[in-house]
Amino acid sequence: MQVNENFEPVIVAFCCNWCSYAGADLSGTNRLNYPANVKIIRVPCSCRVNPMFILRAFQRGADGVIICGCHPGDCHYTSGNYFTRRRITLLYSMLDFLGIERSRTRLEWVSAAEGAKFAAVMEQFVSDVKKLGPNRRLEDLRCRKQ
Amino acid sequence: MQEAMIKRAAQLLADGTVNRVMGWKRGEFVYDTTPAVFTTADELEKEFVCDDFTQANLSKYLVKESRKEGKILAFLKPCDTYSFNQLVKEHRIIRENVYVIGIPGGPKLDIEKIKAKGITGILSVENENYTLKIETLYGTETMPFYEAVSGKCSSCKSRKHVAYDELIGEDGEVLEPNRFDMVEKLENMTSQERYDFWRGELSKCIRCNACRNVCPACTCENCVFDNPKSGIDQKAAADSFEENMFHIIRAFHVAGRCTDCGECSRVCPQNIPLHLLNRKFIKDINELYGEYQAGADTTSKAPLNDYRADDCEPSVVHERGVE
Ligand code: SF4
Ligand code: SF4
Ligand code: SF4
Ligand code: FES
Repeated sequence: MQVNENFEPVIVAFCCNWCSYAGADLSGTNRLNYPANVKIIRVPCSCRVNPMFILRAFQRGADGVIICGCHPGDCHYTSGNYFTRRRITLLYSMLDFLGIERSRTRLEWVSAAEGAKFAAVMEQFVSDVKKLGPNRRLEDLRCRKQ
Repeated sequence: MQEAMIKRAAQLLADGTVNRVMGWKRGEFVYDTTPAVFTTADELEKEFVCDDFTQANLSKYLVKESRKEGKILAFLKPCDTYSFNQLVKEHRIIRENVYVIGIPGGPKLDIEKIKAKGITGILSVENENYTLKIETLYGTETMPFYEAVSGKCSSCKSRKHVAYDELIGEDGEVLEPNRFDMVEKLENMTSQERYDFWRGELSKCIRCNACRNVCPACTCENCVFDNPKSGIDQKAAADSFEENMFHIIRAFHVAGRCTDCGECSRVCPQNIPLHLLNRKFIKDINELYGEYQAGADTTSKAPLNDYRADDCEPSVVHERGVE
């Protein structure tokens, strides 16, 4: 595939309010840079992310979707992220099975204290998705921006 | 067997154990059988059928039927008892209101496979020692029984009933069919090849919703695909995205609850191999979280309602096989 150097992917990051969202905040207050491509959507718990959210993000123009939550064992609601983990593993596996590039989806555990990790994770994810180019296999042509 | 079933059903109606009987009746053609409820011995005698074409799984109908006045008798094949159990477990069927008679399963026949041989004008189909004798308007045709066996029966997972009040005929064993062969084959393809394969299949979907309507795991009172706010209700897909979305969400909603009864693929008018999506989830669950057969019992925790602290991370998806 031809790599378009100027391609800037749109990344949707679902961030748990209690950890990764605060982690993103921390990386900001620490003046760490993370790519502007990342659009953060705050959710009360990683477990709130319904498979439909992920598909909708791709439909409306995302090139990559990442879910961030509290580390296993640290969920504000005790067990939410354990359910997230099973559910999202199966969903990502199904997307892969349908031939959607697997590097377009990711899940990372980022705590409120890990501002630097947040920035590094996003940096890496953006560069991975950049290599893949725009999302074509799970896009809605009607939503494509010209 | 049909005789024995009618006789026993009539007895149970007469002694008041049940006030309705759920079985199958014939439609316009011999191969055209449809689920039906009978209330008198007379109706049973006239219309009840159980033959090589009575494939339909009756358990989903019991969701509504078990909420009516009185008890209903249902004839269930081994595969149907898994769906039945699953529905009891999910509190969808009221167990006390159903009298289950387990009957031997198939293999059942798929009329499309007979028609695919160019046989038309079919009047009757008889199984004589595993050769089908087919009377047609144009004379008699024969074909081997096994060439007409339906897709779902050819990968039968169990001939054992997991729920019943009484049995007619012998109970069988749990089988080990190679039902994941095709899933594995797809897994070993490149992602581009898989994408092309699924585009070819899913683009045939006309969104008739038959796969959802027939599925015993799809019994939601308000389905997401009927929600006018979802933007995808009651309409054909407008874009390849919508095709993908329907199929991903449908299969995901039944993950961990799908008993692999095979009804969805059977009813699809476009012959889309929906079972491959369901089986992908079943295979993943077995491999990642331990062997699990939905409907095998009514007490175990469903894999997606459960977790372990040391479950694998979603990155396993990224680590395996070819991209
Ligand atoms: S039964 Fe087949 S054609 Fe109908 S909605 Fe399901 S997959 Fe599509
Ligand atoms: S998804 Fe298909 S195989 Fe699974 S329970 Fe529903 S109809 Fe049966
Ligand atoms: S598709 Fe989902 S929401 Fe609709 S009936 Fe099936 S499980 Fe319920
Ligand atoms: S509260 Fe952060 S993952 Fe549940």
